Amino acid sequence: MFGDYSIGDLGSIFVMQGFAGLILFSVYVLMALGLAIIFGQMGVINMAHGEFMILGAYVTWMTSNFFQSYLPGLFSGYFFLAMILAFLASGALGMLVEWVLIRHLYRRPLDTLLATWGLSLMLQQAYRSIFGAREVGVELPQWMLGSMHVSDSIEVPINGVFVMALTVLITMAVAYIMYKSRWGRQVRAVVQNRVMAGAVGINTEKVDRYTFALGCGIAGVAGSAFTMIGSTGPTSGQLYIVDTFLVVVFGGAASLLGTIASAFSISQTQSTLEFFMSGSMAKVLTLLAVVGILMLRPQGLFALKVRK
Amino acid sequence: MTTDNPRFANRSELLGILVLAVLLVVILPLCLDVFRLNLVAKYLTYAFVALGLVICWGYGGILSLGQGVFFGLGGYCMAMFLKLEASSPENTKIQSTPGIPDFMDWNQITQLPLFWKPFHSLSFTIAAVILVPALFAFIIGAAMFKRRVGGTYFAIITQAVAAILTILIVGQQGYTGGINGMTDLRTLKGWDIRPDHAKIVLYFFEVACLFGCIFIAQFIRHSKLGRILIAMRDKEDRVRFSGYSVANFKIFAFTIAAVFSAIGGAMFALNVGFMSPSFVGIVPSIEMVIYTAVGGRLSILGAIYGTLLVNFAKTSLSESFPELWLFGLGGLFIAVVLAFPNGLAGIWGDYIQPQLNRLLRSRKSRSGPTAGWTDNSVADGAPAE
Repeated sequence: MFGDYSIGDLGSIFVMQGFAGLILFSVYVLMALGLAIIFGQMGVINMAHGEFMILGAYVTWMTSNFFQSYLPGLFSGYFFLAMILAFLASGALGMLVEWVLIRHLYRRPLDTLLATWGLSLMLQQAYRSIFGAREVGVELPQWMLGSMHVSDSIEVPINGVFVMALTVLITMAVAYIMYKSRWGRQVRAVVQNRVMAGAVGINTEKVDRYTFALGCGIAGVAGSAFTMIGSTGPTSGQLYIVDTFLVVVFGGAASLLGTIASAFSISQTQSTLEFFMSGSMAKVLTLLAVVGILMLRPQGLFALKVRK
Repeated sequence: MTTDNPRFANRSELLGILVLAVLLVVILPLCLDVFRLNLVAKYLTYAFVALGLVICWGYGGILSLGQGVFFGLGGYCMAMFLKLEASSPENTKIQSTPGIPDFMDWNQITQLPLFWKPFHSLSFTIAAVILVPALFAFIIGAAMFKRRVGGTYFAIITQAVAAILTILIVGQQGYTGGINGMTDLRTLKGWDIRPDHAKIVLYFFEVACLFGCIFIAQFIRHSKLGRILIAMRDKEDRVRFSGYSVANFKIFAFTIAAVFSAIGGAMFALNVGFMSPSFVGIVPSIEMVIYTAVGGRLSILGAIYGTLLVNFAKTSLSESFPELWLFGLGGLFIAVVLAFPNGLAGIWGDYIQPQLNRLLRSRKSRSGPTAGWTDNSVADGAPAE
């Protein structure tokens, strides 16, 4: 499959496809971070995670429309407000869901999977009723359009760079929260020993609720980023959920570093393969490789011990 | 469970099977027109999957979110045979290459691919319907369970497998018919499967197969094997320490569930007359799990009633309120998981059966065996992870 290209062409192809892969990587990382926090730290499988992401995307879309009609002067900066609103909206919904549904199911992880699947169906229908079945696209401000010219055959889109910078920032923030802050210490204490954490005065229920809300909130920000590279529809989130779960499992649950590494390898493989074969076959090969590796190494790339 | 250990079914279970038989063989065919009966036939194909899930998930504790894969494999094997028969050279004269399925012709394929050729034979097809999914399930099961991967990890991997197979089928349009699937299936060994009387014959054939599977499931459940499965679900380590190979039993449960699903898929191709990737992917696979959950994950008969009820509700709701259907289905998922982990069979066993027993006893003043529809030793509380 490489035969028809010269060495220089191949180099450019890999750089361009690699860059396209980096945008996919950003969405994977943002989605997977939230999922990894919820799944890795709490053992809850949140099948509605994609719908939380799409909520963020819809919030971004509404903010952009609002700025367009009422504050056209500030339109170039709407995205930052949209991201905050997306985080808050998804986080608030996540907190509500945890209180109504998830907290009753902590001892039955397989059942959370079914219940959150039901939730995702309801959310999809709610989006369809509220926003309509048609996919909506967000209009980007002027400064995000266009691309940077690196060399004759390599061009880099600006919105992609922006999304990546955003991803790096959020990942660092999450790492700080989880590993340096007082609250992160409480979360890790609860994960390691719930009873003991409660005994030393940590309000475990509150920690659970805010952890879930944080994971959902990050999904909302992922939705904001998602609007730049795809159009938003009621079922867009579902397309990503299996990939994201594979990212989390492949990286090894409870390991943020593993999540990032696996998101990187999966997205790059897929994006590079996509150039040489049809998109569907690229996806099939990538997923097959991941499933194959997981069968040989079920604990994932980076986890110490995850059995059952 | 009654004190004696019947080989196959105790009295109340036999009664339950009899009631189901009367319902499916006598009442439904008499009450419904052929169109509705064909719908029931379609629903019952999912009942095979639900039945498999009772063994695999309810008894074995292995939640598979990829049963659509096996349903699809069985269905596609059958559909390939029917499609080849429907595209005989006489029927496909107008194609640029007569004698190959129409979708291949549309995709500029001029020769029948090698893996299609054996499907000219009906006996090979029937063997493939059973063996291909069994082999596939065995490989997945062996790879996962031997390494002691279970629970949520297994569920996610099976889901990924379902996603892969769907993308593959849709992507390889020339070999599989793509997103439209295999349509326009006509005859089975020269016997037209489309007219009304053929639909009725196929319905009864399917019901017979379903009862065959129910008998196998009952046998498994009452054998020592079934009890090891339940023990394994509840305390895996203890079973392992007693010297049993836990992985092999899990592989067996998963494979049997896969075979049941595949039979259901083959029946689907026969009864409904087409097969498409929309019955293979993640969404249908999870929907099939909910049939089992609604019926009761521990009840063989409950799973069948659950499948029928959810599908009837789906058809009538989505006909009259298409907006509400997804809310209804989603709500059902949540309600079943939160409030009734043992589904309809749990409600029956906990509330209705005791009432019935009391009524019967006061009338006849006789104390018969009081084993419920769900076996109490099995249905003890919510199943452990």
